Amino acid sequence: MSNLERIADTAPATEEDTVWTEHVGWLDQVPRAVQMLFVFVVFVLVWDMVTRFGLVSPIILPTPAETLADMIFVGKNLATGGYMLPALWITLKEVFYGFLLAIAIGFTLGVIVGETAFGERAIMPYLVAIDTMPKVAFAPLFVAWLGFDIHSKVALAAFIATFPIIVGTAAGLHAADTNSRNLFKTMGASRWQTLIKMKLPMGLPQIFTGLKIGSVGVMAGAITGEFLGGGKGFGELIRTAASQLNTPRVFALILYLSIVGLALFAFVAWVQRRFVFWHKERAGLGGES
Amino acid sequence: MQAAAAKTDPANTTGEPVYQLRNVGKTYARNAIVALEGVNLTLNKGSFSAVIGSSGCGKSTLLKIMSGLIPPSTGRVVLQDRPVTGPRRDIGMMFQQATLFPWRTTLENIVLPIEIRDGKAAAKAAHEQGRALLELVGLKGFENTYPSELSGGMAQRASICRMLITEPAVLLLDEPFSALDELTRDFMNMELQRICTTRNATAFLVTHSIQEAVILSDVVYVMKPRPGRVAEVVTIDLPRPRTLDMMTTPKFGELVEHIRSSLDKEAFK
Repeated sequence: MSNLERIADTAPATEEDTVWTEHVGWLDQVPRAVQMLFVFVVFVLVWDMVTRFGLVSPIILPTPAETLADMIFVGKNLATGGYMLPALWITLKEVFYGFLLAIAIGFTLGVIVGETAFGERAIMPYLVAIDTMPKVAFAPLFVAWLGFDIHSKVALAAFIATFPIIVGTAAGLHAADTNSRNLFKTMGASRWQTLIKMKLPMGLPQIFTGLKIGSVGVMAGAITGEFLGGGKGFGELIRTAASQLNTPRVFALILYLSIVGLALFAFVAWVQRRFVFWHKERAGLGGES
Repeated sequence: MQAAAAKTDPANTTGEPVYQLRNVGKTYARNAIVALEGVNLTLNKGSFSAVIGSSGCGKSTLLKIMSGLIPPSTGRVVLQDRPVTGPRRDIGMMFQQATLFPWRTTLENIVLPIEIRDGKAAAKAAHEQGRALLELVGLKGFENTYPSELSGGMAQRASICRMLITEPAVLLLDEPFSALDELTRDFMNMELQRICTTRNATAFLVTHSIQEAVILSDVVYVMKPRPGRVAEVVTIDLPRPRTLDMMTTPKFGELVEHIRSSLDKEAFK
């Protein structure tokens, strides 16, 4: 008691002051880059062990060193304009056109479904039904309809990427709260004005979530299209390498493809940050707000 | 009392009638649910009226009808000698949430009603007016800030500006400060009085707080549920300008007590 009274006085700071530190685990104090590097190193080490001690046949799983060597080879080939560059260019075109098509169709359908009662009641059920189908199964049809050129791959890529964009757009248009709707009504805003000036901007976070999911799907669609419909793209290179049991090459090609996919995703995320500067998004890849 | 309230309309005598409701009713579900019955009220120019009542007493329905969001089932709703048949530019509204749009600066939010009605050029021309309003509500210097940087009270000040920019004939206030903390709310209520007095505005407030209704209003309409109706009209003859100190006077206490007992009677029925 006397102790407490003494502290209550405005006594100068002494070593008796209750200063303490919250406990933070040592692992959480390490910078993120170091943590990521650590995971990577462990992964490569385990991989190396598995191959070094012959736990897995080298035909099935190449060593990290082989993969790295092949990555350098592929990189050089691409950089010097070797035969892989036109293949990459074809795949890039498929991804680009596929994504563009998916955005155009997905956004349009998303607005129809999200904005009109008719769209929501009469069109949405069909879209959901189509979305639940294994879309890859349509690949042979696209080839039959559009041929072995890039058109069939663009179609499949767009087909896969369209649905998340529809859903994102429709969800975005539903994001507007009652107050905002009532405010626009009392201001005498037309339906078009409400859409352009309120619902669309307010729905941008969800729309961009759809675009990001779509950007991942479009890559998968293009490569699947190439696997199933031939052509001269990067997917064909992978298929050829795999059929020759050249697994290091397969690994290397996949890694380059993932760089392309990551770049596309990062681009969409960058555009989102530019346009949706007002929306605080949680850190991390592609999360819903 | 109830019968008297329904017939006579002892609104203050300060100015011309601006907004008049005669025998307004609203039923839902094919007349099965009576949300509102026989509401008569008159808002005179420059007067401040409040409606108070428990949840489900029909005050939201009343406000929706007055703002032109929904049509009444019966009765006449007349603003400035013209029947209200939808949203009107001479009606200003304010909600519990500030409802500022985060991608617009404060000033761009304020001129939004002008932009909706008359286009971008007109909105641009209204910037000067918007700045003057920001100064009126004490937000000078915040023209180009985004709403995320405004506090709750500041955001509601901005939404007052947005309501005033079209110079509406009547201000409909839907629990405007109930999301704010008590200290801020008291202060904002005094600000609201000052702004309304400055502009000789005709205001209609929906609130849950008896104190808030009494300190701000010339007339308080006490509403009761099942069916939603105006049960009593209480004239508040406290002098103006009102101050927060008045809330401790016996007169204020009596008025609050009177309204409270009037509301309680219904609650235990």
